[in-house]
Amino acid sequence: MVSASSKTFLNGNPEAYMLKKRLIPKLQMKVSRFGSKTRMVLVTTIQFDEIIEIGDPVSQAKIYEAQVADELIFLDLDASSENRDTLIEVVKRSAEEIFMPFTVGGGVRSVEDFRKLLSCGADKVSINTAAVEMPDLINEASEIFGKQCVVVSIDYRMNREGKYRVYTRGGNVETNYDPVLWAGECEERGAGEILLTSIDRDGTRTGLDLDMTWQVAQVITVPLITSGGCGLASHFVEGFIEGNADAVSAGTYFCFKDENPMQTRSQIKNAGVPIRLHT
Amino acid sequence: MRMVGIIDYGMGNLMSVQHALNFLGAEVKVCENPGSLSDIDRIVLPGVGAFGDCIKNLRQMGFVEPLGDMVMRDGVPILGICLGMQVMARRSFEGGEHEGLGWIDGDVIRIRPEDTSLRVPHIGWNEVHYDSESPLFARLPDICDFYFVHSYFVHCNDPGDVEATCYYGGTITAAIRKKNVFATQFHPEKSQDYGLRILENFLKWEP
Repeated sequence: MVSASSKTFLNGNPEAYMLKKRLIPKLQMKVSRFGSKTRMVLVTTIQFDEIIEIGDPVSQAKIYEAQVADELIFLDLDASSENRDTLIEVVKRSAEEIFMPFTVGGGVRSVEDFRKLLSCGADKVSINTAAVEMPDLINEASEIFGKQCVVVSIDYRMNREGKYRVYTRGGNVETNYDPVLWAGECEERGAGEILLTSIDRDGTRTGLDLDMTWQVAQVITVPLITSGGCGLASHFVEGFIEGNADAVSAGTYFCFKDENPMQTRSQIKNAGVPIRLHT
Repeated sequence: MRMVGIIDYGMGNLMSVQHALNFLGAEVKVCENPGSLSDIDRIVLPGVGAFGDCIKNLRQMGFVEPLGDMVMRDGVPILGICLGMQVMARRSFEGGEHEGLGWIDGDVIRIRPEDTSLRVPHIGWNEVHYDSESPLFARLPDICDFYFVHSYFVHCNDPGDVEATCYYGGTITAAIRKKNVFATQFHPEKSQDYGLRILENFLKWEP
């Protein structure tokens, strides 16, 4: 930096400075009723099915923040409009208590839903079923709020004919969309980021679907978050290096306390992946 | 009494920056119209969204002139964040050509990484290279990461206005400082401890 001013930049070649790969804990939630009151509880899932309750989402978010999580994703698995206020409550509490970026999704169906979640403190909003059923919502939200806050979440699995298909409604409804082509269309419509999840790998801890991750990474130019299947630190490394993902999200992996996220980060860094180690 | 005013002009997430400033013990007021600017002595101009809407809202709500007087004439310290930084520039090329506030001599241009495999928007934590004398980056480690999410950035015509840079297939202006104007392309309110340090430095800053 040649300048007439007296500013002195620190030593080092700025070109060596780089964007870090991101680890994103996914906090999946369901509504729990206590008498007349409802609240969101944190759950974990296996292949979108077996559900285990594990605690309070915001308390867990604070733990993740202390463990240098790069971002968080909150997903309301019930995705029903009557529980919107319960989800809003979690968003508001999170915005008050954590100073890091977070995405909120589950049952978002309109520009108004986007507006409400963003104004309560969410940085990004993810849409899944609504993106497939009303794809113009991607364009509209992107134009109004900016593409950086529109995340399209794509859940996919292999169907009975052995073809990969996008599924909606929490993995229950098969569509005719091919995940790679759909990812490309989402970007064209204004998605700022794609969150790709393999339903078959979800909660299995057997490793990410590297082939599909790589294929989607090839067709899009916006960042790709891949998820489904992380059980070891090496799975994250594979996702970054072989899958060419910009971020890896995991629910089950981070939920169980025998995994130390700091150790995971060191292992990923030691494998040559640029990653943050300090807050 | 000290009072920080956050300008609410309908452009995105004020909650996070408000909570972060409250957390640091600042008295914070959300200013929804120019009349509410009178008792503040420090300004935060946040912003998320498109440049065109941003400047249009500031104009329609009557903020441009009073803010200009406070910042350019009276020397009130201001912190612009993300789009709130970009709107301080002379003009932007995001979705056409728009005139900005003109407090900083620079243009807002799209990130075009030389390496086309790099993705845009630039989202995530990137290392920031800062002026070692900067009062706003005081008490930070030599290398620290901040959270970015943007597709455009301010290209300064006077390199002396650049307070910090990051690298993303090319040098990107990460922060600017000129007299009482400070602005960051990254989100300090979302950058955990280091981000809070920046906000704390801004609250203490006597330009």
